[in-house]
Amino acid sequence: LGLALYAGSLCAVSGAAFLYHDYCVIGAGPAGLQAAYFLQRAGRDYIVFERSHAPGSFFALYPRHRKLISINKQYTGKSNSEFNLRHDWNSLLSHDRRLLFRRYSRDFFPNADAMVRYLEDFASLLKLQVQYNTAIIHVTLEKNEQAWNGHYFILTDQDRKNYKCSCLLVAAGTWVPNVVNFPGSEYVEGYETVSINPEDFAGQTVLILGRGNSAFETAENILGVTNFIHMVSRSRVRLSWATHYVGDLRAINNGLLDTYQLKSLDGLLEGDLEDLAIVKDKKGKLHITLRFYLENRNISAGIDSITLPQDELDNFATRAPYDRVIRCLGWKFDFSIYNRSLRMMPGKGNIKKYPQIKPSYESRGTRGLFVLGTASHSVDFRKSAGGFIHGFRYTTRAVHRLLENRHHGVPWPSTVYPITQLTNSIIKRVNEASGLYQMFSVLADIILLRENATAFEYLEEYPTGILAELEMQTGRKAQSGLFVIIMEYGRNFSGADKDVFYYNRAVGEAQHAWQSNFLHPVIYYYKRLPTEREMRLRPPDWPLPRPDAIHHIVEDFLTDWTAPNAHILPLRRFLENCLGTDLRNFFAESCFLFAFTRQKLPPSCQQGYMTMQGLVGSQELRQHAVQAGLLQDYTHTDFLGDRPPDSHDGSQEQLMRDQGIPVRPLQHLVNAKDE
Amino acid sequence: MSAQKDRWVSSLVFLLFCACSIPRSGSASLQQEPSPQHYFSALEAGKASLAFFTPTVSPGSHLFLEQIESSAEALQDYGISVVKVNCPKEDVSRYCGKENALRKAFLFRGHKLIREFPTDALFDLDSIVANVLFALLFNEVKYVETLADLENIENVLKGKSNMVFAYVPATGTAEHRAVMEAAFVYGTIHQFVLTTEAALLKATSLDDPDVSSAWLLFCHCQQATEPGQPCRRTALAQPLTLLNIHRHLKLMGAPLVTEVVEDPEKISTVHLQLGLPLVFILSQKETYEADRRTAEFVAWQLLGKAGVALLSRDLVHLNVLHRSNVALKTPHEGMPIQYLVLEDTDEVITLVENKNKVKQIQEDEQEEEEEEDEDEKENNNQDIQDDQVVEAVARDKKRELPLEQILVLTEENFHSSLSEAARTVVLFYASWEAVSLAVLHSYCEVAAHLKGTPGVLLSRVNCWDWPGLCSQENVTQFPTLRIYKEGQQSVTYGGMWGAEELSSFILLSQVSCPLKLATMDEAEGYLRGEFPSELSSQQHTSLLGVFSTATSEARETFEEAGNILSGHVRMGMYFEDDALALSQKYSVSPPALLLARSGGHGVEGITLSKPSLQDMLQMIRYQLLDKFPEITVPNLPQYLQLGKPFLILFSAGDISQVESKEMLKLAKGKPQQEFVACWLNLKKTPVGYGILRTYFPTTPSLPVLLWVNLHAGGQVFKFPSEQSITEMNILSWLERLQAGLEIPSSTLSEEDWKPPLPAYDFLQMMEHSVPHPGDTPAQHPPKSPGGDTAGGDTASREEPSQQSTAEEAASPGRGLRGTAPRMAARDKQGKRHSEL
Repeated sequence: LGLALYAGSLCAVSGAAFLYHDYCVIGAGPAGLQAAYFLQRAGRDYIVFERSHAPGSFFALYPRHRKLISINKQYTGKSNSEFNLRHDWNSLLSHDRRLLFRRYSRDFFPNADAMVRYLEDFASLLKLQVQYNTAIIHVTLEKNEQAWNGHYFILTDQDRKNYKCSCLLVAAGTWVPNVVNFPGSEYVEGYETVSINPEDFAGQTVLILGRGNSAFETAENILGVTNFIHMVSRSRVRLSWATHYVGDLRAINNGLLDTYQLKSLDGLLEGDLEDLAIVKDKKGKLHITLRFYLENRNISAGIDSITLPQDELDNFATRAPYDRVIRCLGWKFDFSIYNRSLRMMPGKGNIKKYPQIKPSYESRGTRGLFVLGTASHSVDFRKSAGGFIHGFRYTTRAVHRLLENRHHGVPWPSTVYPITQLTNSIIKRVNEASGLYQMFSVLADIILLRENATAFEYLEEYPTGILAELEMQTGRKAQSGLFVIIMEYGRNFSGADKDVFYYNRAVGEAQHAWQSNFLHPVIYYYKRLPTEREMRLRPPDWPLPRPDAIHHIVEDFLTDWTAPNAHILPLRRFLENCLGTDLRNFFAESCFLFAFTRQKLPPSCQQGYMTMQGLVGSQELRQHAVQAGLLQDYTHTDFLGDRPPDSHDGSQEQLMRDQGIPVRPLQHLVNAKDE
Repeated sequence: MSAQKDRWVSSLVFLLFCACSIPRSGSASLQQEPSPQHYFSALEAGKASLAFFTPTVSPGSHLFLEQIESSAEALQDYGISVVKVNCPKEDVSRYCGKENALRKAFLFRGHKLIREFPTDALFDLDSIVANVLFALLFNEVKYVETLADLENIENVLKGKSNMVFAYVPATGTAEHRAVMEAAFVYGTIHQFVLTTEAALLKATSLDDPDVSSAWLLFCHCQQATEPGQPCRRTALAQPLTLLNIHRHLKLMGAPLVTEVVEDPEKISTVHLQLGLPLVFILSQKETYEADRRTAEFVAWQLLGKAGVALLSRDLVHLNVLHRSNVALKTPHEGMPIQYLVLEDTDEVITLVENKNKVKQIQEDEQEEEEEEDEDEKENNNQDIQDDQVVEAVARDKKRELPLEQILVLTEENFHSSLSEAARTVVLFYASWEAVSLAVLHSYCEVAAHLKGTPGVLLSRVNCWDWPGLCSQENVTQFPTLRIYKEGQQSVTYGGMWGAEELSSFILLSQVSCPLKLATMDEAEGYLRGEFPSELSSQQHTSLLGVFSTATSEARETFEEAGNILSGHVRMGMYFEDDALALSQKYSVSPPALLLARSGGHGVEGITLSKPSLQDMLQMIRYQLLDKFPEITVPNLPQYLQLGKPFLILFSAGDISQVESKEMLKLAKGKPQQEFVACWLNLKKTPVGYGILRTYFPTTPSLPVLLWVNLHAGGQVFKFPSEQSITEMNILSWLERLQAGLEIPSSTLSEEDWKPPLPAYDFLQMMEHSVPHPGDTPAQHPPKSPGGDTAGGDTASREEPSQQSTAEEAASPGRGLRGTAPRMAARDKQGKRHSEL
């Protein structure tokens, strides 16, 4: 009894100190709510912490000018809900059809307030467990052998309240503004606070630092009232329609490019912001100079003593003084709340604003810590859509599936089909799947072949980066080879400096499909699962290691890959040759003939006709097949007549022969000899 | 087989190479233009050269010069150089001076002038090679004009060597060239005789030959001894090409009959290598002499068509019937040797000739395919649809289906529609998928057929439009047909996708399964097929479970089985108080099954033990099978599932009463467990002709009774047509058959179902392309300039290829890509529908 009491009191003590949940999610933005949805559906013990009083606090403030640049397409001419998600970049995934973004805004580029309302509804209608007004200010680890990952996560909020979790999902986004420090940077206004009223800029000359969508959005707003706007950044402008990356400059905001190229005073400049310095003159005008001119001077000494570039180079580009300088340099992840033991490290190079994570979205530093949403974009930065709602809604689902397998023994969902459905299942997915389409080259559908290739297992939207760990991560077995289905753009098509409008940019013929430029399905065939080493050593630009065979379905203007001859036939031939079998469909009559004349039957007869599910076909259809020379008509045969021996078996040979191949004279000896 | 062909092509090329490599002198092109002095001083003794003389300032005759130049390479193979000699202006020597000499070509051997050719005799490559070789091989190739000349030569050759006699309609033709080229190689072995006299050809052959085409006869004079008799002749049956002549001569050189003392599976002769069959005459010590004579006789008949070997059964252990006397080995790899019992040598010959006919056609195809491969990929038939279902649906796409009777269901109206009708039939399909659409065709027919049937609502869901609905209804494959009944679990259809079967399923599903019968009258009416009235029009075997109140366990199993078989089987049950009386009427006691077949053969009673559900299902399915069924396309799988051999009677129409009775007796007899006795009505199931054609070279006289081992070995045996079909005869035949005393007429192919055609090898294409940074992907390498007639030295050869690469660079991907968007597909469409 004493022991029981003791145990009970221990529970009570720990209960008071830590509120425990299996899963803790930081941030109730789109990614946090999306994760919460999947955890809720799976019946998991979870909690979401949100520092604000409502979900989506980032969208309550940003974008400053309130126009979202994610498209909200109302009509596609199709009722296929999965397909329509391809063109709905704002909705989160749920089973509730009320929670489609097109019910919240009719604008093609909706107002950010609609997003705030949407997220509020998403959290409340689905009854997600969100604890508002809870800002997590510190995260640390508590070692424990029993814990799922060998440690618990201890989260501390602004009221010093502690929470304990087995698994931490960080969906905090990137919200810390990027700031550069240079002499005179105190004169610079930030995007976060700058006025959005164009009146305030009337007759002013403005310099904008940065060249992303926020910079152009700011410029767009005041373009009509300023004297002129100059925009400076280190790198050249990257246009999203040239790079096929939605994070680059979108056409909706690029009015300044127009006025620049038409010489209407506005302009773009390239230069390193670190070299810059700004000095203010007596009239309050801001002059651009270079840091090295100021090296030994006190900036407060006054403008007269400072050298300006135009003193030496009298046609220096930014010699005109500015009234305002605005900083629009984007955001970075808040690394400050993580204890050093979590080893949350920034990435290297152009992904330093994101924490380092593996392709499985797990932190490189801490097991059991997963990064979701925008902060997870290092996996596919400047490649795919993982930093945006229409991308991370799928990667969040993928992480959830990985966790279900790892902690709850629920293997990755899959469907088993007979091999006759192989072509169909691929065609169905490449035509409607939106996760494959948005997260091109990052998420892949996997087909695991069963023994003897009579059946296969279909897994949807698995992260390509962890293909080598497939068996461990999904709980499924890949023993007899696999197909990996992804979508790709042409290898040399996209890029900031590429001309994406050149003539003959689109491929029409199936046999040249590998040269397709626009997004198209690609199927990789592996006889066995690639190893981690092969994944590491894959050729540059290849999302996957060298396969045993590869197939491209030729790009399609309508992204409709259901054409029987251009799309399905070459795919079938590819699959047939990988499996070494014949995947054609046969009418019951053909199967009947094969059953009597061959010891083996093709899969379509084996799995259809022989199980009493033969395709009888209507009279007209059989007639068409006869006319095509693919089916023999025996009704009018004179059975006593001695038919030419070529028609003796009307099956295989017949299928091949009657296709009007002209009979050409045999090659002459002259040619044979020359070889 | 193509490997074999390669082998002998290469051996021929090698021969030619040997023949010409000795005098070969390097460059294969036209020699540079020397002056007459240089030319004559450079002539080597014994070396032939063809020269023509032109003034420095050429007046023309370009066509002739081009032909001469192009022949240089061909003649080089025979050690003949072709030289263009430049005549200086002032030269007035024999060859340069005279005006008409300039329009001639001169053939020298060493310094000796052999022939001069007028330029009009050298009109093209064939004529140049033919005429030049003809002149050089003057001694080796005799030209004859009369029959007497020919006979003289023949008589001289008798006992010494063989003769090749060729007729060509004219000299200078391609056939003439082929003969001369063959003579160049074989001239020392055989005597070549040539004629252009049509009269001579007619005189030498028995039939009336077509004098407009060339002929070649191989005359076996070496073995001929009698002076009066002409030598035996074997005509070349193929067109006269060097390849065919070479093959023919090779075959004629092979021994007439090969004696074989090893395993025939391992044997390989020149015939097999050349793609011809090999006939074995099975011999024994006692009959050796006679067998040898037979073999020789057959060999002469088959000369050029097949090889003949004499296989001694005493020396080689053969695991075949003792009666077998002939075996046939085909050149196809992996094809087993066929052992046969033949009565007559003619049968052997017919057999081989039939085989050859098939082979010839296949070869032609293969050749075509090979040519296809050599051609550009565009011409490949990979992109031609070979799926009968897809193609049939594609050809029908312009026709609008009569879908008015079928309700379209969507995510919005699905559940509300289901609650409206008593039962709703739903076809789940995908509008892009061929099999789905084919089923939709049949479904339309069903709709037309069932129009006005009360209480049945036909509907469809396009899963391409409503994937959410389909996955919610757990539909993972297309097509899926389900019947939703109010308040009950839906039933998924699992039968043939024909209109008839679908209609029957929908109608049978109208009544519950099993149907509970309340009175004795109902039960009797049910067995007669009159009750319930909804089903009275249906021809179905009725199954009635009779249970006493004590046997509820068996009844529950029966009900479960009914749920599974719902829509496929007509099932009723009766468990009223007088159940015992009902069952005793059919001399069984409950629990029992009463079975009334649709034909009206009375009612069978079967006592039920205490079976499991699986046993019950299997038992019901088995009981529903007919004892002597007519096999049709839809019902074959049911009988195949039994896994037994088929004893099947093919009949041109309905079978006669007598046959039917005999067969039924047989089927009901003791061995019924061992095979499926059945028949096939060729009128109703015409595809049966296709089966017979596969089994027999010619359709046998009908009716024909066959034993088909569908599951083991695949042998097909034919019941002797001279015997009448009676139970006794069949049983004794079956005994002989099982004792291995009969020879199968045919064996079912064991071939696997391989991919019908290769796929595009994109991996290879991608690896071959050298990515140009910032450019479009590289094209296929330009076609090799080999074989073009640009001639000249290597430097001038390189030029065109450079040019072509420059062109490609200027317009990247030309010919590969259409403009985007391409409004209309060009040639593709035309090619696809050329047959329409």
